[in-house]
Amino acid sequence: MVKVTVCIGSSCHLKGSRQVVEELQYIVKRKNLGEDVELAGAFCMGKCAEQGVSVTVNGEYYSVDPAKVEEFFDDVIVKALNA
Amino acid sequence: MNRFDTKVQYLKYRVLKEVARYAWQDKLYDKLLDIPSIIVPGKTPTMRCCVYKERAILNERVKLAMGGDPSNPNVIEVIDIACDDCPSGGYEVTTACRGCLAHRCEAACKKGAITFDHNQKAHIDKSKCVECGMCSKVCPYSAIINLKRPCENSCKVKAISMSETLAAQIDNSKCISCGACVYQCPFGAISDKSYILDVIDIIKKSENNTKYKVYAVVAPSIASQFTYVTLGKVVSAIKELGFFHVVEAALGADMVADAESKELVEKGFLTSSCCPAFVMYIHQQFPDLVKNISHNLSPMATIAKYMKQADPTSKVIFIGPCTAKKMEFKKKEVRPWVDSVITFEELQALIDSKEIDMPSLSEGHLDNASYFGRIFARSGGVSDAVRQALKENGIEGFEFKPIVCDGIEQCKAALLRASKNMLPNNFIEGMACVDGCIGGAGCLTHGIKNKAAADEYGKEALEKNIHDALSQLIL
Repeated sequence: MVKVTVCIGSSCHLKGSRQVVEELQYIVKRKNLGEDVELAGAFCMGKCAEQGVSVTVNGEYYSVDPAKVEEFFDDVIVKALNA
Repeated sequence: MNRFDTKVQYLKYRVLKEVARYAWQDKLYDKLLDIPSIIVPGKTPTMRCCVYKERAILNERVKLAMGGDPSNPNVIEVIDIACDDCPSGGYEVTTACRGCLAHRCEAACKKGAITFDHNQKAHIDKSKCVECGMCSKVCPYSAIINLKRPCENSCKVKAISMSETLAAQIDNSKCISCGACVYQCPFGAISDKSYILDVIDIIKKSENNTKYKVYAVVAPSIASQFTYVTLGKVVSAIKELGFFHVVEAALGADMVADAESKELVEKGFLTSSCCPAFVMYIHQQFPDLVKNISHNLSPMATIAKYMKQADPTSKVIFIGPCTAKKMEFKKKEVRPWVDSVITFEELQALIDSKEIDMPSLSEGHLDNASYFGRIFARSGGVSDAVRQALKENGIEGFEFKPIVCDGIEQCKAALLRASKNMLPNNFIEGMACVDGCIGGAGCLTHGIKNKAAADEYGKEALEKNIHDALSQLIL
């Protein structure tokens, strides 16, 4: 089980956290990974100055470009699943 | 800088600020008794007969700033010694009566209460007068006035009367804690209890949000407040106070509008549940209609619940325009989610107690909710949002017939008709304060531009639709 938490604080919302959330939910559904990936929201991770939307995967921090969620999923989340 | 509507608000603010200042410094219990003399130094009175009475009343205000009388369950309290025992004789003829020939007052009085003395001046027989006011309306000299206490006049639920000692007294079984009297009493003799000390304690014990995180949930009516700085700077000031993050209550309003539209279709008739004073009023005066109150928690409680479920150790403090919210958060279904409630007046005092210079701060962000969640702040907004939610949920064939009740008097009229099955509407939007939350008793200002400010804030939202705002949430 991989826990993915997306920041939906005001700063990240303005950077496109809704897109990240929607896309992650879509990919999880498409790949039928509902049992393996737990998605959660958080209000602010204190990294408002980062370029992208704040996301943690099993507690590890990433700054995610809302246009590259698919890549992020394959690079980070799938890797964490296989680890 | 004119931050408040009245000097009464300013005085209350000064007390709150001093109490908060010493509380941050852990010196409150050493300095408590000095606060009245700090606010009223010297020997020249500026408000009452002497500085000693002024200070005695300030002592009472300090008590209220520290939470007030714990034996009184109501958050609205009368400061007996501050009450000026205003005259309350009802209609009276003043010296402006010229003793005319027309005697319109006599003709207008259906009860025969008007008589004339040997100078042809009118007199009102109090044993016959029913206070209808017709004589006052017809007098060409405006010589007949209504001596009604401002507190009683402001209280449309008739919870205020005169005690044996002539001071105002509140009947807690009728009071809905809306705070109208608090804002209207010209002597500041009625006040809401403050929980700023609880808030300061929560912030301090978080040790800079390391022990747990402290979140502020801010009501959308904030858009019409703090007019001297941008909203972004207010958000930064709230963080400066020690809050970890600021979240819009309006996102909770989006969630409520969505759920309420579905509940309405299911039940066929609903009354809104976002205004705690309106909800309290139904419980007190129309118990048969309680079953029709929407089962949704208020926007404040809804978003707080979401936040606490995401972060169970966090603390959530609501900042809004409302004194009745200080009652709502103590309800058993709300208590697990909301830790404390303060008003915009109290927020201003907290910011200044830490000498935070708002204009010099950077611009913070406050953006989660949609246009529709944000316009909950003003009368008519809930109905607009529910209409939109019905549309977004693809509900067809249901005719939405809302009645927008602006102020508790309009609420009463609609509820009366509903109780007799004579209301043609299927949704009552009830707001106890006139204009809605932007007219709340805990607002700093109650200007005519406030509605425009609430709508403008709504339009600035990144999300235009309710479902767009909801899709950021992982439920």
